[in-house]
Amino acid sequence: MSTSLAAILYLISGILFILALRGLSSPETSRRGNFFGILGMITAIVVTFLSINILFNGLIYILIALALGGSLGSIIAYRIPMTAMPQLVAGFHSLVGLAAVFVALSAFYSPQFFGLGTPHNIKIASLIEMSLGASIGAITFTGSIIAFLKLQGLMSGTPIIFKGQHFINLLIGVGIVGVIFYLINNQNNNIFWLLIIASLLIGVLLIIPIGGADMPVVISMLNSYSGWAAAGIGFTLENTALIITGALVGSSGAILSYIMCKGMNRSFFNVILGGFGGNNLAEHDKKERKPVKSGNAEDAAFLMKNASSVIIVPGYGMAVAQAQHAIREMADNLKKNGVRVTYAIHPVAGRMPGHMNVLLAEANVPYDEVFELENINSDFANTDVAFVIGANDVTNPIAKTDPKSPIYGMPILDVEKSKSVLFVKRSLSPGYAGIDNELFYRDNTLMLFADAKKMTENIVKNLD
Amino acid sequence: MEVDPFIFRLSIFVLSIFVGYYVVWSVTPSLHTPLMSVTNAISSVIIVGAIIAASGLTSGAGFEFSNILGFFAIVLAAINIFGGFLVTQRMLQMYKKKKKSKNN
Repeated sequence: MSTSLAAILYLISGILFILALRGLSSPETSRRGNFFGILGMITAIVVTFLSINILFNGLIYILIALALGGSLGSIIAYRIPMTAMPQLVAGFHSLVGLAAVFVALSAFYSPQFFGLGTPHNIKIASLIEMSLGASIGAITFTGSIIAFLKLQGLMSGTPIIFKGQHFINLLIGVGIVGVIFYLINNQNNNIFWLLIIASLLIGVLLIIPIGGADMPVVISMLNSYSGWAAAGIGFTLENTALIITGALVGSSGAILSYIMCKGMNRSFFNVILGGFGGNNLAEHDKKERKPVKSGNAEDAAFLMKNASSVIIVPGYGMAVAQAQHAIREMADNLKKNGVRVTYAIHPVAGRMPGHMNVLLAEANVPYDEVFELENINSDFANTDVAFVIGANDVTNPIAKTDPKSPIYGMPILDVEKSKSVLFVKRSLSPGYAGIDNELFYRDNTLMLFADAKKMTENIVKNLD
Repeated sequence: MEVDPFIFRLSIFVLSIFVGYYVVWSVTPSLHTPLMSVTNAISSVIIVGAIIAASGLTSGAGFEFSNILGFFAIVLAAINIFGGFLVTQRMLQMYKKKKKSKNN
């Protein structure tokens, strides 16, 4: 295949990827979008096969590698429970990162495969591009592994902080830039490995100080990094499909990070520097406990059955307890009684962007009953019952009143404005931000102390 | 005077960032998780580089270090491609509209 024809086909593959993302603007067009994405990928792979010079023996190994990866990926995709989606995405990011490192290494050791010169005599532009691809890829790889371990619960979600942490990170960062400059004059294998090892290390150091509930930002950020790594490799290979895709994925991750930060009213740097959460716990415990009203499933069922409207506010606790199916059952039951039921989703609810929406969709909740914060917040004032399940900080009115609070200025769901609030929670413990929620102590709040799923199931029984 | 081809690629890159910016802002927040999984799948188009790495030949030599790296990179990228697109498909199948006959 001629190089020009291949280049045009790669461009088409890039356009198909743009259409894949465009499709996600609404659930109706999204499945067609995904089909475009698959088509773009097939185009890119077929074109590559047609443009390489290949011995028969080699082809077999390539097909084996494809089949092996493909079947592994398919099995994972079919088996993974929806609640594990955040860690799956983190795991997938790490693979993109590692693949970028491997391709960059291969280009460094055998530049002649890619038409970039001969070993230790690589074009300077290509060398910088592959160094950037390798470095960002390595950061994505280890960073995503730490994120995966935290999300999977194999590693504690509490931030790991030590003295001089930011200084060490800065030092390694500057070191990486220095190594890349050194490589330009001295294309030594060991120096390239040093670059990769330093990048692997900083990937770990960047993510360990970031707490569990800040993971939505971390995942989005790593998503962005995996894109920039792909773009770096794209420049090295002079491949349009890779450059376009890298830019798309890079900006997609960056926008998601921005949305998540805005959802917490914190700057990107505040999140990245880490150490948030868990600090104010001691102070909280000293405070005198005020009385709360606590109730049982029967009370909750009575209250909701006699309401004309209920808004359900799910949070990470719903995902942990896997309560989404029970919630949908409860909603169906209420609807039979003539109650209007809707769902309110805070942008940072859960552990990744859109986490709650996927879980509700899994439980067959129609997506047109699920609303984002800005579209539903004004409805709370005309609502009889707000049913908060597994969420806490995102409903805390202190975000509006106390400038000293760590969550001051964070947009919250105005559940306080509804006639009564039901909180399903295991205990009165504060949320991630480590602050007390004054809503617990209000007269129109009823606390339902139990596991989210068990409580919801009990409410369903009492509705019948 | 001829323009360095790098500048063309840089132009494509910069314009794609803008396209990405506008396209991603138009994605509905309820589909942000599928957005992440699909971007994951498409960024694995890096498999293109992996295939070139795996199929590279130096005359006479058997498999080289670079070829082996290429094979592993193909496996990793293929996991992502199949896994990413399939899991996205699985999620998107679940997003359903309210059935008018059933409710209210």
